[in-house]
Amino acid sequence: MSQNPYRQDFPVFRNGKYRYMDSAATAQRPDSVIAAEKEFYESMNANPLRGLYELSVMATQAYEEARRAVSGLIGAEPSEIIFTRNATESLNLVAYSYGLTFLHEGDEILTTVMEHHSNMLPWRMVAERTGAVVKYLKPLKDGTIEDSELEEKLTGKTKLVAIGHVSNVLGCENPVRRIADMAHDTGAVVVVDAAQSVPHLKTDVKELGADFLAFSGHKLMGPFGIGVLYGRRDLLEKMPPFLRGGEMIESVTLEGQTWAELPHKFEAGTVNAAGAYGLKAAIEYLNRVGYDNIRRIEDELTGMLMDVLTEYPYVHIQGSEDPSKHNGIVSFTIDGVHPHDISSILDGSGINVRAGHHCAEPLMKHLGVQSTARASLYLYNDEEDVRALSEAIPGIRRVMGL
Amino acid sequence: MALNSIYGEILNEHNLRPVHKGRIENPSLVLDGKNPSCGDEITIELRVNDEDVIEDGCFTGSGCAISQASVDMMLDLIIGEKRERALKLYEIFMGMIRGEAGEEETEELDEAMVFKDISHMPARVKCAVLGWRTMREMLDGRLSVE
Repeated sequence: MSQNPYRQDFPVFRNGKYRYMDSAATAQRPDSVIAAEKEFYESMNANPLRGLYELSVMATQAYEEARRAVSGLIGAEPSEIIFTRNATESLNLVAYSYGLTFLHEGDEILTTVMEHHSNMLPWRMVAERTGAVVKYLKPLKDGTIEDSELEEKLTGKTKLVAIGHVSNVLGCENPVRRIADMAHDTGAVVVVDAAQSVPHLKTDVKELGADFLAFSGHKLMGPFGIGVLYGRRDLLEKMPPFLRGGEMIESVTLEGQTWAELPHKFEAGTVNAAGAYGLKAAIEYLNRVGYDNIRRIEDELTGMLMDVLTEYPYVHIQGSEDPSKHNGIVSFTIDGVHPHDISSILDGSGINVRAGHHCAEPLMKHLGVQSTARASLYLYNDEEDVRALSEAIPGIRRVMGL
Repeated sequence: MALNSIYGEILNEHNLRPVHKGRIENPSLVLDGKNPSCGDEITIELRVNDEDVIEDGCFTGSGCAISQASVDMMLDLIIGEKRERALKLYEIFMGMIRGEAGEEETEELDEAMVFKDISHMPARVKCAVLGWRTMREMLDGRLSVE
């Protein structure tokens, strides 16, 4: 697989300048996604859901086609798909609407220390305002959550479990199904942050046991500014709106109002129809490549990357030793070099990796590191990317005078 | 690439073998500086006497090479100087980074001139100025030890 056939579909790579390995932050976009967004504005742009004329009907159709594409991707009904800006907004929607309404003093929210801040801070807000308590599952250093930990912290008081499907630092896949089964036995609802999984793993909300599931479009090659929240229909129905305004009502009088049907109840204001249409193109692209292919490319390159990094005694990889448990994410440190310096020096060779705490400060503390560098791979990466990164490692130490 | 020209002998020397990393006796001012987005955290201690002269100073904490070396060079510059002079050097340093300071002025920064081109690495500006910002706050705000 020295030649990656998909790489040519991504215009950002055509100048040959970048070795992009920061897809866990945002993915690159293929031609078809960029073309779709352009096509929307060129040939079907009107305010969707409102107009009674052809152009607006086309905009509405495009938007609803996108919703069907998303529901098909994750095994949900279209009415259970709410478009948001991103995974963060999706998780906040659940916190503000479900959390503030249905959680009370003495209830417990269970999450993990390895969550992205966006799946941690909204629950703390719910706890502060309702008097509920947030408890944290502590994984082993490779990300494994032990049964004993779950059995101890999941109690009859647990009303909501918020868990990341794949860690954005360790790359490990959490046993969402098992946790969901246990949570459902105690009557809790399960919120899954799938921002790092939907782009890489075949995800089915029913198989996972997710009551809510959030992800961002831009991490799966869609445009910025379009995200998804899946919610189980019966839960969405009893929840109050998150934002109030246009397009989310059935009728308004000075005496009161009734809310629109799902999913529009949760989509106040003019929606990002072009973004949704672009996301649909991204899903179509993803399906053309296929999750099996994505998996194969990522595992092969992750294995190669971990093999070469392990050869340097001063490089330390976080998480499992098994490349297939990384979902393309390899966080590492280099003795004597701060991760920001790693990233800046690699940038000098056109190699793009992330450095910092990756919006997961509590996990950094748990792992005993201040920050890490992170290479994250996707379907367009190739052996040359991995080779360039591994060959640049000794130079980093040299530049730093080590 | 021009970007990496920041990393050189002078910066590495201050990063690997900082002169002022450690503690001083009887500091009159102590302040933490933090870059929340990168997690860099330093603490600067200064001893300023009745004549407003910075008699001694040091720093502790961790961060990238740029933040560590920058604070070490800064302490080189300000120890033995009066408060006003240290604040003036702060203005020159910030001016240099914004590309507004004159050449003559910039030379007053001595080794700290290596950060002149940091403006080409916008993501790293906050690393280079962490120590300087903290020092300015200490001397401007007249913080005192509890």
